[in-house]
Order: sequence, then structure tokens, then C-alpha cells
Amino acid sequence: MDTSIRSTVGKSEQRIDTVEKATGRVRYVGDYAVPGMLYAKLVTSTEAHANIKAIDTTEAWKVPGVRAIVTGEVFPFHIGPILADRPPLAFEKVRYYGEPVAIVVADHEHQGKLAASLVKVEYEQLPVVNSVKQAFETGAPLVHTDSGQYMKIISDVYPVPGTNIGSHIKIRKGDFGTAWAACAETVTATYSFNLSDHAALETRSTRVEINPAGKVIVHSCTQSPFTIKKVLNQFFSIEVGNIMVHVPLVGGAFGGKGTIQLEPLAYLASKAVGGKMVKLQFEREEDMRTAPCHIGFDATIKLGVDKGGKLLAGQYTFLIDSGAYTDQAAGITRAAALDCTGPYDIPNVWCDSYCMYTNHPFATSFRGYGHPELTFAVERTMDQLARKLNMDPIQLRLLNCIKPGDTTPTQSVLTASNIGDVEKCMLRAKEIIEWDKGERIEVGTEIVRSKGISMIWKTSTTATNAQAGAVLIFEADGTVNVNCAAIELGQGTKTILGQIAAETLKMGMDKIHVTMEVNTQYDPHQWRTVASSTTFLAGQAVLAAAKDAITQLKKTAAIVLQCAEEDLDVGGGRVYLKPDPSHGVDFKDIALGYTFPNGHAIGGQVVGVGKHIQRHLTPMDKETGFGKPGPWWSVGAQAVEVEWNERDYTYKIVKAVTVLDGGTIINPMTATQQMRGGMYMGLSFASTESFIFNEQGVMQNPDLRNYQLLRFGEQPAEYLVDFIETPSADGPYGARGIGEYGVIGMAAALANSLSVAAQVELNELPLIPEFIWRTKKEGGK
Amino acid sequence: MIISNGITKSIIQLHVNGETHDTVIRSADTLLHTLREQLGLTGAKKACGNGDCGACTVLVNGESMHSCLSLAIEAVNQPITTIEGLLDSPIQKAFIENWAIQCGYCTPGFIVNTHALITKHPNAGDEVIEEWLQSNLCRCTGYQEIMAAVRTVCNSSQLRTPPTNE
Amino acid sequence: MIAFDFNYFKPSTISEAVDTFNEARERGEKTIYYSGGTEIITFARVNKITMDTVIDSKGIPECNVLEIQGDKLVIGAAVSLNKITESNLFPLLGQTVKKIADHTSRNKITIGGNLNSQLMYREAMLPLLVANAKVRIAGKEGEEVLPLEKFFNKEIDEGKFLVQIIIDTQYVDLPFISLKRTRMSKVGYPVVSLAALMKNQRIRVAFSGISEHPFRSAVVEGVLNDRTLTVKERIDKAVAKLPASIVQDIHASAKYREFVLKNSLTDALENMEGIK
Repeated sequence: MDTSIRSTVGKSEQRIDTVEKATGRVRYVGDYAVPGMLYAKLVTSTEAHANIKAIDTTEAWKVPGVRAIVTGEVFPFHIGPILADRPPLAFEKVRYYGEPVAIVVADHEHQGKLAASLVKVEYEQLPVVNSVKQAFETGAPLVHTDSGQYMKIISDVYPVPGTNIGSHIKIRKGDFGTAWAACAETVTATYSFNLSDHAALETRSTRVEINPAGKVIVHSCTQSPFTIKKVLNQFFSIEVGNIMVHVPLVGGAFGGKGTIQLEPLAYLASKAVGGKMVKLQFEREEDMRTAPCHIGFDATIKLGVDKGGKLLAGQYTFLIDSGAYTDQAAGITRAAALDCTGPYDIPNVWCDSYCMYTNHPFATSFRGYGHPELTFAVERTMDQLARKLNMDPIQLRLLNCIKPGDTTPTQSVLTASNIGDVEKCMLRAKEIIEWDKGERIEVGTEIVRSKGISMIWKTSTTATNAQAGAVLIFEADGTVNVNCAAIELGQGTKTILGQIAAETLKMGMDKIHVTMEVNTQYDPHQWRTVASSTTFLAGQAVLAAAKDAITQLKKTAAIVLQCAEEDLDVGGGRVYLKPDPSHGVDFKDIALGYTFPNGHAIGGQVVGVGKHIQRHLTPMDKETGFGKPGPWWSVGAQAVEVEWNERDYTYKIVKAVTVLDGGTIINPMTATQQMRGGMYMGLSFASTESFIFNEQGVMQNPDLRNYQLLRFGEQPAEYLVDFIETPSADGPYGARGIGEYGVIGMAAALANSLSVAAQVELNELPLIPEFIWRTKKEGGK
Repeated sequence: MIISNGITKSIIQLHVNGETHDTVIRSADTLLHTLREQLGLTGAKKACGNGDCGACTVLVNGESMHSCLSLAIEAVNQPITTIEGLLDSPIQKAFIENWAIQCGYCTPGFIVNTHALITKHPNAGDEVIEEWLQSNLCRCTGYQEIMAAVRTVCNSSQLRTPPTNE
Repeated sequence: MIAFDFNYFKPSTISEAVDTFNEARERGEKTIYYSGGTEIITFARVNKITMDTVIDSKGIPECNVLEIQGDKLVIGAAVSLNKITESNLFPLLGQTVKKIADHTSRNKITIGGNLNSQLMYREAMLPLLVANAKVRIAGKEGEEVLPLEKFFNKEIDEGKFLVQIIIDTQYVDLPFISLKRTRMSKVGYPVVSLAALMKNQRIRVAFSGISEHPFRSAVVEGVLNDRTLTVKERIDKAVAKLPASIVQDIHASAKYREFVLKNSLTDALENMEGIK
């Protein structure tokens, strides 16, 4: 690892995208319009589970401007990222309320919308599976009668035919049964919450055209441009090279734009109108009920300890509500299993993680990929265990926290490089939240101030061959363009990559131009912009590209300066002689090759190329889970302080704390932004967000009025963020991933603090005052 | 009487950012739709279409409006200011300097609403800031960054008024 | 994006409005009056309502009045909620409407629009109920001033429209309280909303959010003003005598609403009677 003094990495460089954003001049994908572009609108299911008997488009065709109406028969096949179980347009059957049934293509959006409202679909209702509990019961109605026959796209997915289990992932480490019997104290608890939404401010949007040469041109607000190519190739038989995906800046994603739903629909729509450009943009209601959402979750956790409080055995049963299709929920089922214990050293682990089909909207990745969910259950259980042991909850955690030399549930061995220091994080968080001043303090006749904590970890469960590439192109003035397929979703990735380029080339940030948009035709392949993996993967690629550029610069400079390449170093936009830095040549004089006074030229332009691929990752063993799922574990500790009113059960969130060990922090302020935003999102999800379904499985709140987010003024009065920087040996400048981590422990910390305040165990979400009131009334002291 | 027929489209004049523009509208077109689709002023975003998120906020007669909850025809004869009309505003600088911008999708709405706020209440305290900005949702930041940005401009007097209508 | 088309008229006089409305209706068009339009646009967007013609009342001078005329406070139906709050002419009304929707929306939402809302809340109604307000209605036969109840009960012909609200100024400066409790966020529909005035040592109180319509009940007020009972007894008795059953919906269960209602009433009584 490079240990020299750094000029840019570690500094809070201002983000490179904010001036345009502050002036409203950034154009997101939905901000473009082209004359002649057509508009697609969806007809969506009004039933949660039904056979489609007939579709009547007669009235819809009478609307002026309607050019095509596409129904499911045009593509009666299944697609999916892990298990191909989802028809892009329902055929024969609908499995959730809001599922796309037909596409209307029209000259204008209002015409399409009017026509879509006139398509009549005749349904024959089927019994609705409305919860994971119901889905798991023997004899439950089947959401998929063909379960087990769907094509596996990746290997780690295990459907159980004849049931609603879309995938069953097992962890078997040690001997749980024997260990459990030997425990001095045990605790068992169950947890539950319903599906919810990403609610990125920008709704999902795409436009697709098929040009006469057969090239498919896609513009989309996606996290996964190369996956769009893969899906269109795999399921629609278009040559990979004939698919071009353009991605401008994205207006928030949070995992919700990682999977592929709109693009195939817009492709079918474009195909139906002779390849003309078709725009498909979801209105908010569609974005909530039709597009993939955040999983629902039921869990039972059993923890057993010895007399001293050391964890001996843990059993984890997760029922993940994936809705009607497995999509990324199958991967989340796996991710939740492989980190099921949280950051604790437990020798005997038994985990059954089930991806359950229900008649709810299908779920996909959500910031944290199963970890906010498992952490809620694990960290609530740790608090309940501490109470049983009459032990301080922080002490119990410190006693059991995972360290280098320990193994994870999948028996990966941890080292000082691949895991951060969770103990240090907790001790720092304890200090920041002023734990020693008291966990529960009555501050008035009706007001209680209380604190809750959580410990978090997560590995980056990328594909085992996940990778990124970068190309650095030099301008005539010696400045550098960075091209890379990392998507800017608001997380500041382009700034971070710019900093890595600037640091390596030892140039100022003002000399680095990062291409904000992504074009799959000239940006090197990148797996996706998900899983907190971009700083690591794309960062390494940019670093390698910068080093490649330096080699080229030195090669030309060595000729110009008449010395060996080894004698040279770069800095300040020059290549110079190490022993005599005043002797050197400016980048601008060699960036496009060097031209001697006599006109002869050498070297040619500098094009730095770099790449990075994951090393030594493996799939998991089907029976035991054994395997190496990720390159490193970032860890942290979080805390929340609330002010709870014992008379009316309302509360204010006073403080939210994150101490994260994400290795070297490239940019402290963008990292802090990520932590604060993550904490806000976690608190909003935990305190107020949830889809509500009626008995027929119909979503009751698909809009931002009735599906409430925490609003301005309802956020914590203080966000306190700190970083412990245990460097990762193979990360760029020692960095690990951090993007998702702020969210992970918030639900747990909030529920812990409120459980302490209300003196009742709060094991469901969202934590609205009515829920606390009801729990207290039903079973509390 | 202002009339806009439902069957044919109407040509109406809108006064936006100090300029007058002819636009062709359906009576049913929202102000947001017209600003974006007819005038290319895409700084106001459509995010909920329901008045719940504030991403489409523009000023009509100096007052913050959800342009998704206004018909274009309602805005005839009224000065309209969009984010594109706020040039070199100290609010924009404050948002940048306080790290109040991430994905940027909600940013124009916040800045326009803040502009109206400090025009009316140059010394707004936290309670008033909160009341006003509760109209805007942000999903990326923790809101405190935005609060910090707005606080810094609430006590400054360097505000430039939006261009007046001709 | 509203998918269907409609005619839009913005008349500048009451008679023009009435004539335009009737002509449209005679042509067989579904015609509605429009002021802030926020609810109409949101409902039209999701096809919850349709219409052929809207008549925008914002151009009518009488609908934009906001002033004291003699011993009456007159509020035009097209006056925005924020203007009412900022005027501070009737603080109870100002504070009550300040809790509706969000600040930006309140620049557009008018008091007439809120009173005509199809939702169950219509919180602007509460202060008017406790202040015995009257309404000025215009129709083909001219204008008339009616008690609020007539309008409230939707007993007026839909060809007539609300021009003004008239409040006796004796009510505007009385001690008052306005409370709104929600599921979680400050912005949102009420689980319980109440507005109360103290007149001649008697509490007058109206409610929204707990049943299908806002209400003021003589029976409930009678109990609440029975000072031979403790606050808790009065509240328990009042809640037992509500004129309609408590609703249950996605925002709150009936039981929880009852709990919140009792707390809110305690706050209101203690505040108004100076107990705390």
C-alpha cells in the first residue's frame, strides 16, 4: 500500500456535480424529448392474483394517436436476474396488483394514458397469498405452479417445487444442536415487517429505439447498464454489440434501479411501432406498485450463550417476502444468510433463509441488500439477551464482536486486512452517544430520553467475476478525462474516482475531468453500480489506468529528458527528474506525444487503461453455505437517541450516530454525506415506511401522501459521524466500500432505543406511535 | 373571461423568468408539463405529480407553487420564476458549500422554495424554515445539510430578486 | 398528467360564472366549479373524477375578499389558506388551516376548495362550525346567505357555488385551541383534528378525522361543559356519545383514534380551562 503523503485522497474535495445540479441544468433521462418520440403507458393489473381470461382493446384503439397496443402473448417467456421466473408482461396470469398487463404506445402521453385506462381486462380471481407466513404454510395457494422449472441464471438459487419457496439458502457451521443444548442462557424472538419502497425522487424512466440496422439504443436511469445489455441479449436474442446503453446522471436509486424492468417493456413497445423511439416513464404510483420494491421480512432468531455471556450458538430463520417474483430477493436471501450472525463470533450457526413468493409487488435490492433487515432482528435479539443476562448491551457486544482470525457463517477466515475494527467503532460510538450518562433518563413528567445501539457489518456480495475498467484520456493542455461506467446516483462516485485519478497522477482536481454520463459503447465494462463496490472496483481500475498513463508519460519524458524512466517521477502536471525536480517536462508537452523543435514527433497520445476484477470469490455450498462470498467486510457501530413521550407515545429522534470502519476514507465529506443520508433513510424506513395491503392484496398507499417518508424537520437534530480507518490492503489507497452502511443499523438502533424507552420489546416495523401504543397495551408492563 | 377549449388546443402566453413565451396547451396540461415540454425548462421535476414532494416547485407571483398542481392556463398573466431564472443565487452557493446536494433531483425545488422563503422572511428562524421546507422531500441527504444551507442564507441580505415580468 | 380533456372558463363576475355553468350544463356537460384545483387535479390524474367543464372562480373579485366588513369577517372562497393564516383576522381559522397539507400547497389550496373537498377531513370547516359561520352562495336565482349547516350538509344545488364565508366578529378574538394529531409526520391527514373556542365560559368544539365527516355535536359539547364532572369523566362520557362511530383506515385504527381523541380533548380542556 502506498503510504506517501497524500494531496487529494483524504481531503473533502468539493463534489464535481453540484454546480450544475444547483442550477437545475442537469438533464436526467426523463428531461430529454425528441420530436417524433412516442410514449408508452402501461395497463396494470387490478387484481393481486388472477387468471387473465380476455383483454379487450377495442375502446382503447379509438383514442386518437394510439399506434400500438402490446400484450403478453408477444413475449410469453420469463426473465430474471437470478431465476428467470417473471414475464415482463403478464400472460395467462397476474401475480400482483400493479403488474404490467399491456403497453399502449401513442403520440402523446395523455393519449396513451387515456387509452390504457380503456383497455378492459377480464380476470378470474385466484386465492391471494398475502403474507410470508401464509406463503410458508403447507397447503398454501401457489403463486407459481411451475416453480422449480424456471431457468437458473446464477447458480446460488434453490427453489423448492410444489411450494412458495423461490429459494432456500442454508448455513451449517459447527454443531448447532449440541451447542444449543449446552447453553447457559438462551433467547428466542421473532420479527416482522412488510414490503416498502425505495422512493427515489426520480421515478424510473427509459427510452428505447431500434434503428434500421438493428441496433437497440437504450437511454435509462439504471444502476446496471451492462446488465440491460445482458438481459436484452439473453432473453431477446439481440447481439450484445448491437445494444448501446446511455445513462445520464441518476436521480437517486438505492438499489431500486439495479434490476431490469422498464427497458424490455420499452423495447417491446418500440418493436411494435417499427423501432421508433419510445419513452416509458413511471408516474409515482406506478413506481411504487408496479416497479420492484424493498423486501418484507419475517425472522426468528435464537441465541445461546455460556455463563459469561459468550455466544455459543445462533439459529436464524428468515422468511423474505420477495413478492410475485424472486428477482434480486433471491440474492438478498443468500446475502442475509451469509452474514446472518451480524459482526459476532459464533462457532455454531444454523440458518435457513427462504425467499418466499407472495402476491405482493416483487422486491429487489434495497440499500444494504438484506443487512438492514437481518441487523434489525439480530441487534434486537442482542438487546433482549443482554437484558436477560442483566448485562450492559455494549458489554455483551464487545465480548462477542468478530475479529481477525475468526470465521464468518460461511467459514471465510477474517484477516486484519479484510475486516475493519468493529470494537473500536463501538467504543467510539459509545463515547459519542454518551452512553455512560445513562441508557434511559426521565427528563420530565412525561418525557423519557433513551438510547439504542447496533453493530453492523456487510460484505460486498458481488458476482465472483465482478469487475470494472477505466480509460484516462489526456487533453492537449495536459488535463485528464476519466471515463468509467460507474454511475453517478448522488453518492458522489464520480468525485471519488476523480480524486483517485488526481492523487495517483499527483495533479489538482481542477485538472481532472470526469465524464458524468455513461455510454456502454466506449466505457469499459463494469459489473454494476451497486453493493458498495464502486470505490473498490472502479477505484482500483482508475488507479491502474493512472499508473498506466504514468508509465507512458515517463516513457516519452525519458526520451525528452534523456534519462532512464526509473529516474523520473510525476507531480504538479509534470514529469521530472527525481534528483533534480526543476528539470522536467510539462504534461501538456507530452500528453499528445512530444514534438521536437525540428518537427519530429514521438510517443503519441497518452491513453491510460486500467481494470480490476474480484479475486478468489466463490459460490456457496448448497448444504453448508461454505464459501468466500466477498472481498472484505466493512463494519461499524450505530446509535440513536430518542425523546419519547410516555403519555401519547410520540417521539423525536434527537441523535443518530455512525462510526464506520470502511478503510481509508477517500473524501471525508462525501463519506459523511453517505452516512447521514443512509441514517436518514434507515430511520425513515424504520419509523414510518410500509406498504399497506388490503385483504385482496391490493396496495392501499402507492403514493407519497399515504406512504409517508420522514419529512424536513423530522430528521435527527444531530447526525454524528466518525470513521475508523483500518486500511484494506487491496482497496484503492486502502478503501473499502461504504455507500450502504449508514442505513444498516438504524432500524435496530431506533427499535432498541424505543424498546428501552417504552419498556416493551418492539419487534415489528414501522415504529409508529400506534404500534408502540398497541404493543404496550397488549403485553407490556 | 379566460377560455380554453377542451377539444382544440389553445395558444397562451406565459411570462417565465422575465420573458414572454407562446405555448400551445390542452386545458388539462399542468404548468409543470408545459414548462418542461414546451419551454424546455426541465429544472422543475416531476416526481410525484400529486403535490407531495415539492420537486416541481416554481414561483407564481413570487409564491411557491407545486407546478404539478396547477394548470398552465391558471398561470396566464402571472409572472413565473423557475430554477433557471435564479442566477448566481447565494442559495445555490450555500447548498453546494453545505453538502446539501446529492442526486440533485429535489435540489431545484428546495432552492426555489428557499428563495421564496427568504424573500418573504429574510431572517426566518428554524420553525419557519421547517414549516416552509416540509413541502419538499429529499431522499439522499439527512435534511440537516439543507437546514444548514438555508440557515446561512437566512441572515444574509445578498439576495437578488428574480427577474421581474416585462 | 390528466388524460382526458375538458373546457376551462375563468369568468370575472358572479353572473358570468353562473351563466357559464348553466349553459355548459344545458349542453349536457359535467361541469364543476374550480378554485385552488389541487384536489380536482389530483383526482383527475388518477381518474377518480372526470369532468367536461371547469369554471375557475379565482377571477371573481367577491371570491378574493379577505376583510372585516362592519361586524363581519368576510372571506372569499378563492382565498388561499396561507393568506388566511397570514392575515390573522381569525386566529383559530388561521391556525387550523395552517395544519392542512404543506406550506407550498397552502399557497394554492383555497378555503372554498377545502370546504368542498370530497375527502372526509375538510378541516377548515371546524372553526366555522364553532363560530356559527354563514355562507354566501350564488346561483341562477341570485345570491343568498345561508347558515353553514345547509352548505355543510351538501343540501345546496350543485349549480350554486360558494362565494364567501361570513363570520361574526364577536367570535374571532375568543380564546381558542386548534390541535391536529397524525399517524407520524406533521404533514399528513389527521388521525384527530379539533378546533375549539371558549364563549361565555362554554367550550365549543368541532372535530375532523375521527368519522366520515367533520362534526360539532350539542350532546358532546353539553358533556364537555359539565363541570360537575372531572376532566377524565367528561371526556369518557363525551367519547361515548360521539354522533358517529370512529373510523378505521390506513392511517389509524378506531381504537387508536379513540386514544388520541381522548388525549387531544384532555389537552384542549386543560388548555382552555387553564388547568395547566
